[in-house]
Amino acid sequence: MKENAKLKVTLVTGRTIDQGVGKERGKASKEYAESVSVCYLDPDDLRRLGIKENTNVLVSTEHGTIVVKALKSLRAPHPNIIFIPYGPWANAVADPETNSIGMPSFKGIPAEIEPAADKLVLSLKELLKTQFGGRLTSQ
Amino acid sequence: MKVKNGCAMCESKFSGYNDEHRVLKPLIRKNGNLVKASMKEAVEKAAKILAEANYPILYGWSSTSCEATRVGLELTEEVGGVIDNTAVVCHGPSLLSVQELGIPSCTLGQIRHRADLIIYWGSDPWSAHPRHIERYTAFSDGRFERSMWRGYLNKVKALIGRKKVESALRRLSLKKETEGSSASKSKVCPTISKVGRKLIVIDVRRTKTAEMADYFIQVEPNKDYELLQAFRTLIRDQEIDVDEVAGVPIEYLEEVADAMVRCSFGALFFGLGLTMSKGKLRNIDAALSLMRDLNMCTKFIIMPMRGHFNVTGANTVSTWQSGYPYAVDFSLGYPRYNPGETTVVDILLRKESDAALVVASDPVASFPRKAVEHLVENPLVVIDPHMNATAQMADVVFPSAFVGIEAEGTAYRMDHVPLPLKRVVAAPSGVLQDEEILWRILSKVRKIKKTEKTEEL
Repeated sequence: MKENAKLKVTLVTGRTIDQGVGKERGKASKEYAESVSVCYLDPDDLRRLGIKENTNVLVSTEHGTIVVKALKSLRAPHPNIIFIPYGPWANAVADPETNSIGMPSFKGIPAEIEPAADKLVLSLKELLKTQFGGRLTSQ
Repeated sequence: MKVKNGCAMCESKFSGYNDEHRVLKPLIRKNGNLVKASMKEAVEKAAKILAEANYPILYGWSSTSCEATRVGLELTEEVGGVIDNTAVVCHGPSLLSVQELGIPSCTLGQIRHRADLIIYWGSDPWSAHPRHIERYTAFSDGRFERSMWRGYLNKVKALIGRKKVESALRRLSLKKETEGSSASKSKVCPTISKVGRKLIVIDVRRTKTAEMADYFIQVEPNKDYELLQAFRTLIRDQEIDVDEVAGVPIEYLEEVADAMVRCSFGALFFGLGLTMSKGKLRNIDAALSLMRDLNMCTKFIIMPMRGHFNVTGANTVSTWQSGYPYAVDFSLGYPRYNPGETTVVDILLRKESDAALVVASDPVASFPRKAVEHLVENPLVVIDPHMNATAQMADVVFPSAFVGIEAEGTAYRMDHVPLPLKRVVAAPSGVLQDEEILWRILSKVRKIKKTEKTEEL
């Protein structure tokens, strides 16, 4: 097993049906968090990383790092392309560069991915607290 | 309660509209925590935040009614702030391109009845607009074109049958072929040779929509501009000197270009695959120019696949009121529009705003982290039915009624057709419509400003 395997990939963020259903239920819901704190990888990329699906992985870009759960993509083949659904987890690593037109660069971001089975995926509350400090409601 | 004829997102929205994530009382942050407050107290606090701000931003608007957006514009003018809607992180680049090049378009009904070639580029309706294909495009029955559904079912059955035969032959060791799982391309370029509607999908991954298509082109990420220009070259009967463009062999492109030119009425739907990847508005420029070229030899329209249910309405109201579809700055007393300067993401990245009102959207979840940092460092007022990520970080939260479930209002469909949304059930007691909440805040802001002027004199 490749313990320290690291892959250079292109990160694409986008919609999924589960993310859509989860957000209509409410962004504080468990369904939403489970639908967007994931990363879809090509099965060949999972093999190269030496992990099975449902293992946590660390995705790093120039703009941040995030731990998400790796899932096998049913949309393969797309070697070296990873897909994270829209949401706060994807935005932890998305590129804020707007090229002077207001639109950040949410797709086609150069990234690295490595196994992180020992790290936990944060909940929405924990993620907001880590990123933006203690302004959260007690509700 | 049962939801009929709705997509998965509609069902989730209607069946969960009154569950535990709903905000039912106004909330104000005191000593670090959000506590319940009266509507009067919340309105006063929100109005004070906006009236005293130097450069507030008023953002969202895409999941509420046009009537509410109209009040939002008036409020922005009163406080001298910037009003922006979710198009800034969605189809804002498309609006910029349309302003430069124009757009050939039509209503969705025309596509359903007439279009014999449908192309989805950088868009996956199966995931994001689940009923689009069956209501308006490939799987809809129109007056002059039939649905492709039967053909698709037969194709799936044939594929299952073929896989069973191959599996049986492998077990009998009569055929030694490895299972195809790699990205190897077929040596023979498949042709689009069928009668009736055709569906072509162009994307970076084989999405579920691509599986339904008659033809799928897998483009390399960030290479859509090159592919669009290659299509323009082929449609003008010019030769391409290379063997492949954006990772796609030229024969495949020639097949698709041929289908585009030979169709009677084509429709290109494009999504965030074009607006968010490298090139952004220049990708849309190329797509609109492709439309211009195609309309020299056939009839072709293009339509952006909009995200929130009333983002088109927010753009429309903003345009007829201020002259501009989004990113409108009223700080000098008149509307100014300069995307890159007056767009909310850029304002936040440059740390220029000092307060925010967020209505019917969730920027804390949708904006990149660096932009959200400045949003939450300053006073934040939120109007939303749900305790979403932005509401969790707010200083004042107003519960509001769902437009189209608990409140009436007008929304614009993605083809700019205005739809009157009905009220189906009453909102929980004490929960007002966005329009009413905004009027109350605006009235209070005006009183505060009048008092300030009187005191100055």
